[in-house]
Amino acid sequence: MGVKRHLLSTADLLLDDALLVLDTADRMARVADAPVRKLPTLRGRTVVNLFFEDSTRTRTSFEVAAKRLSADVINFSARGSSVSKGESLKDTAQTLEAMGADAVVCRHSASGAPHRLASWVRGSVVNAGDGTHEHPTQALLDAFTIRRRLGRVDGLAVTIVGDVLHSRVARSNIWLLTTLGAQVTVVAPPTLLPLGIDGWPVGVSYDLDAVLPKSDVVMMLRVQRERMSAAFFPSEREYSRRYGLDADRAALMPEHALVMHPGPMVRGMEIASSVADSPRSTVVDQVANGVSVRMAVLYLLLGGGTDRETT
Amino acid sequence: MTSVIVLRGVSPLGGDPRDLVIAGGRIAAVTPPGGGEHTSVVAEAADGAAGGTRRGPLIVDGAGLIALPGFVDLHTHLREPGREDAETVESGTRAAALGGYTAVFAMANTDPVADTAGVVEQVWRLGQDAGHCEVRPVGAVTKGLAGSQLAELGAMATSAAAVRMFSDDGHCVSDALLMRRALEYVKAFDGVVAQHAEEPRLTAGAQMNEGAMAACLGLPGWPAVAEEAIIARDALLAGHVDSRLHVCHVSTAGSVEIIRWAKAKGWRVTAEVTPHHLLLTEDLVASYDPVYKVNPPLRTKADTEALRAGLADGTIDCVATDHAPHAPEDKETEWAAARPGMLGLETALSVVIETMVTTGHLDWAGVADRLAAAPARIGGVADTVLDVAQFAQVGTPATLTLLDTQAQRVIDPAAFASRSTNTPYRGRTLPGVIRATFLRGRPTVLDGKIV
Repeated sequence: MGVKRHLLSTADLLLDDALLVLDTADRMARVADAPVRKLPTLRGRTVVNLFFEDSTRTRTSFEVAAKRLSADVINFSARGSSVSKGESLKDTAQTLEAMGADAVVCRHSASGAPHRLASWVRGSVVNAGDGTHEHPTQALLDAFTIRRRLGRVDGLAVTIVGDVLHSRVARSNIWLLTTLGAQVTVVAPPTLLPLGIDGWPVGVSYDLDAVLPKSDVVMMLRVQRERMSAAFFPSEREYSRRYGLDADRAALMPEHALVMHPGPMVRGMEIASSVADSPRSTVVDQVANGVSVRMAVLYLLLGGGTDRETT
Repeated sequence: MTSVIVLRGVSPLGGDPRDLVIAGGRIAAVTPPGGGEHTSVVAEAADGAAGGTRRGPLIVDGAGLIALPGFVDLHTHLREPGREDAETVESGTRAAALGGYTAVFAMANTDPVADTAGVVEQVWRLGQDAGHCEVRPVGAVTKGLAGSQLAELGAMATSAAAVRMFSDDGHCVSDALLMRRALEYVKAFDGVVAQHAEEPRLTAGAQMNEGAMAACLGLPGWPAVAEEAIIARDALLAGHVDSRLHVCHVSTAGSVEIIRWAKAKGWRVTAEVTPHHLLLTEDLVASYDPVYKVNPPLRTKADTEALRAGLADGTIDCVATDHAPHAPEDKETEWAAARPGMLGLETALSVVIETMVTTGHLDWAGVADRLAAAPARIGGVADTVLDVAQFAQVGTPATLTLLDTQAQRVIDPAAFASRSTNTPYRGRTLPGVIRATFLRGRPTVLDGKIV
């Protein structure tokens, strides 16, 4: 993937790199439709899923992706391992190194943990979500989903709604979709936008109703109820009234516009069930596309491709 | 016993070269360089100092070296007792002497906390035994640094350690009433409260300077206002009760403005800035390498410029290192798990030269004031120069350091005397090398090595 050995962030992903992942994911998607849903590409390679945070859906998605490429997959979960007994990230890295991991897929509650890991292991590191920093494969699968449904990303108006402050999905999407030529607008109560967002290449609005009619894609972020206790917003109902996507609001969107959600959804909070389950919702597509995109990432990072060898 | 030393051809405060004759812990004579006339002075001084046991004087070739008063660090973490794996009084004061320091103020956040006469006396005695520089323990303001009940400040003040500076450093005395009482109480023994200015409710979970960079990196922000709000409150309190407030590690442009305002009011407020806040900026955090994690955090370029200007015009009185050694396992981690703090004693002068001298903000007399005389005044250090104009005058204490300003060095933590290696300057080329340090006439460093 370009000059990089790791996928840690979408902020430094060049346009050509991003397009290469999406094009490769298109090819990988065809594997899913083939009678034998498996490629021999990564036979003999070891992919370690190193999850310090529980995330069944992301871990499973990476596991399926690696297995479809015939890699050996080891799931290393922090719970019940020596990590929970106080072993450091560095010791864990050295253990994985000794086991000969070719790729480490890392999910961690601390922003930047995969960056640290990348400095301690020889294999490739894929950031599967770090703290409130980034979740690059989620953004790649979101872009892939948009491109499949609407035919392009370039020139689209994408609105991201919700807890941008704490969202790694929002960060990764903002950088990636901007690189791909979309115009991104974020909508949230001011308390849930990071200070300094004025330096980001995004529009900022506090008024969802005003933005919806101009949106080709509306991406809803999960809002954790716990945020209420830290005074980010007064109550669940008030949040929902001002920033939730219910049927009336969805009707303000253009006919072709998509509703996306990275999951897990809090139905009735940021999104109404009727909207989440409507034809314009891509929630189920996103899950399926996640496997194709993660196959593409592993394939490209582990040098599976000889036709488009990278440095 | 103190012998006679002749420093040949040194430039006091960067002025004309002089031969300085040291005897009895004091400057015995100051003569033009190379003149034979000091020979007789040496002989006389040797007679007087050596108490009959005649020895030849120690001659130090100081040609090209600048002589400055020995530096005083108001903010050092020596980690003993409690974290002797990271630093000890012995190793930390070696580092201090090699950095040109002749006195360090040892912060109270040890284990046990320096909140009793017993602990401060222990630290003070360890300093005496090591002998590399004076060690002045800082007493905790509150018991266990817990911020709820005053420690026995008077007992620490009247102990052998003669504590004058009190600080809960690492924690802010955030309770306004408790801070007021502490400020008032220490007036009885001319004490000063050194505040770690950090409003805790605004910095819960904070990891780096709040702003665009923190937003991108997904690290919770430590806003400038959390520092500035406490400094403003404490300055008002100090003015109200007419007590001495010292502000630790000032890190923002706004703080400089508030301190300037407080001083204009005539209130007894002093402040320090660390070398790293003068030189480094928050963009280093993008590496997620916790060697750059420090509290208060690295700020923006505009802040470093305001801090330099504030130190130059005296709004900020002095440089203090906040030397904070940490064991590798506390730094070789993910960012959020790492402990904040960086080494400073062995690089402080070099950073001050880089940020203040080469930029034209300070001359050598200014450096002498900000690194030595001003902190000595604030901390109440005896037997040193409290006014730069007195430096290298006959009869004043021979507590000084010699630096080679032409030399440069590539910073290599393996060469440090500190037990720890958490320097943010690794691999960086910095100007200025300490060649010798003298504490009351006794060499602690010669030829750049511990004596």
